[in-house]
Amino acid sequence: MPSGEAGKEVGVGTRTVLQHPDITRALTRIAHEILEANHGASDLVLLGIPTRGAVLAERLDRILADIDPEWGPAGGSRVGTLDVTMHRDDLGRGIGRAPHRTTIPAGGIDGTVVVLVDDVLYSGRTVRAALDALQGIGRPRAVRLAVLVDRGHRELPIRADHVGKNLPTASDERVTLRLTETDGTDAVVIEQSEPHGDGGAA
Amino acid sequence: MKHLLSTADLSRAEAIHILDVAEEMAEVNSREVRKLPALRGKTVVNLFFEDSTRTRISFEAAAKRLSADVLNFAAKGSSVSKGESLKDTVQTLGAMGIDGIVMRHGASGAPRVLADADWIDVPVVNAGDGTHEHPTQALLDAFTMRRRLHGDASRGRALDGVRVLIVGDVLHSRVARSNAWLLRTLGASVTFAAPPTLLPATSAPFGAAVHHDLDVALAEDPDVVMTLRIQQERMNDAFFPNPREYTRHWGLTASRFARLDERTLIMHPGPMNRGLEIAGVAADDPRSTVVEQVENGVSVRMAVLYLALTGDQQKETVA
Repeated sequence: MPSGEAGKEVGVGTRTVLQHPDITRALTRIAHEILEANHGASDLVLLGIPTRGAVLAERLDRILADIDPEWGPAGGSRVGTLDVTMHRDDLGRGIGRAPHRTTIPAGGIDGTVVVLVDDVLYSGRTVRAALDALQGIGRPRAVRLAVLVDRGHRELPIRADHVGKNLPTASDERVTLRLTETDGTDAVVIEQSEPHGDGGAA
Repeated sequence: MKHLLSTADLSRAEAIHILDVAEEMAEVNSREVRKLPALRGKTVVNLFFEDSTRTRISFEAAAKRLSADVLNFAAKGSSVSKGESLKDTVQTLGAMGIDGIVMRHGASGAPRVLADADWIDVPVVNAGDGTHEHPTQALLDAFTMRRRLHGDASRGRALDGVRVLIVGDVLHSRVARSNAWLLRTLGASVTFAAPPTLLPATSAPFGAAVHHDLDVALAEDPDVVMTLRIQQERMNDAFFPNPREYTRHWGLTASRFARLDERTLIMHPGPMNRGLEIAGVAADDPRSTVVEQVENGVSVRMAVLYLALTGDQQKETVA
């Protein structure tokens, strides 16, 4: 386990558990697992859940383009984003959530194998919302779930097919993924959250 | 955003945020299943004290696409015609359990009264009040301009430097007023062209420049020409001698249209009086956005209802 870089520590009780090489290795392994489970790249579509999941999906797309010629060029018609904001079960509780962009690959998702990509799997509510959102877009042949971190504490009967790292956590901790594209650095950090916090990604 | 009463209340960031959310709604409207569960279980009342077809239907479509239940209330044939006050009407509706009110009223400021009073504590969206404001029309106009000018790169953008010419009955037009405020907030410059009888009696109404000659105003090569409807129902005074003379001086006629630049957008809030304020050839040209404005109206109203009813405080989504 690599220790946190000096200077990256934000406060007491914050620790970095994954760094850039760990994240890259985990994503590469997930890419291979996806291909293996699907017996190749045919009919596969990656849909990232904004914002971090969408970035991870783009990275997986580049890795897949490198390792399997059948995948086609990166940035092509195999990757998109799926915003789940309007399908969440906690709207109207005064939290106020701004929707993000949904972009579906030109070929649509009917009959494809959709791999949902998210950063942290926690309660499972985001994934439930994503499954609901998919219904409005098309009918995939199958839906799989790839996450970088599974931190446990599920509140719904949902599990991931491909996990970068299982991370046992206490429920009052916050697990945050930081990515170069959105945050300037690659890291997974655990911090002690304030009481009543949302508990990080759901 | 709790209520939407006036575009003058909106900051630049808030206005852009509403337009950005509307972009996501427009994307949903292009899907096969045009429905989101965001307002499931919520009830929205269309409280219309003044006749309206397109605005009411647009709000109704917007609410239904967000899975809200819609109650339509028209003052005609209701207890209001028996003399019931606004307070009693609203409290009666409130007792039935409603989550939002979309209000059109003939009296300027009526939605503000409703929002400020403690009769009912739900979000109020102004769908046109008297000769005061029509904020969702201005938002959909800005949305339409932004999409035409910036295309797919619209998100996060404003309308800086866009020159908009609004022609016609500014005096009675809530569309002109809401647009003047919103467009200025978004960085556009607004000019009115109208006869003096159809302009407010101030030197620079709502911060806009004024022309009393349409041909001079058109010669300045505006990016957008918005013609306003001559509201026959409010023309109970001698504002202009007769419709033919109005068309000759203030109508966007075929010959004036032919002199416009290739990329000038033609807008009209509808319903159009073809041949009076706008020629058919201008209304049907590809440069005209009249049909797009109606389409975009649903997306913008979805965004407004979503933000008002889910208590958006512009917080970033917790992924």
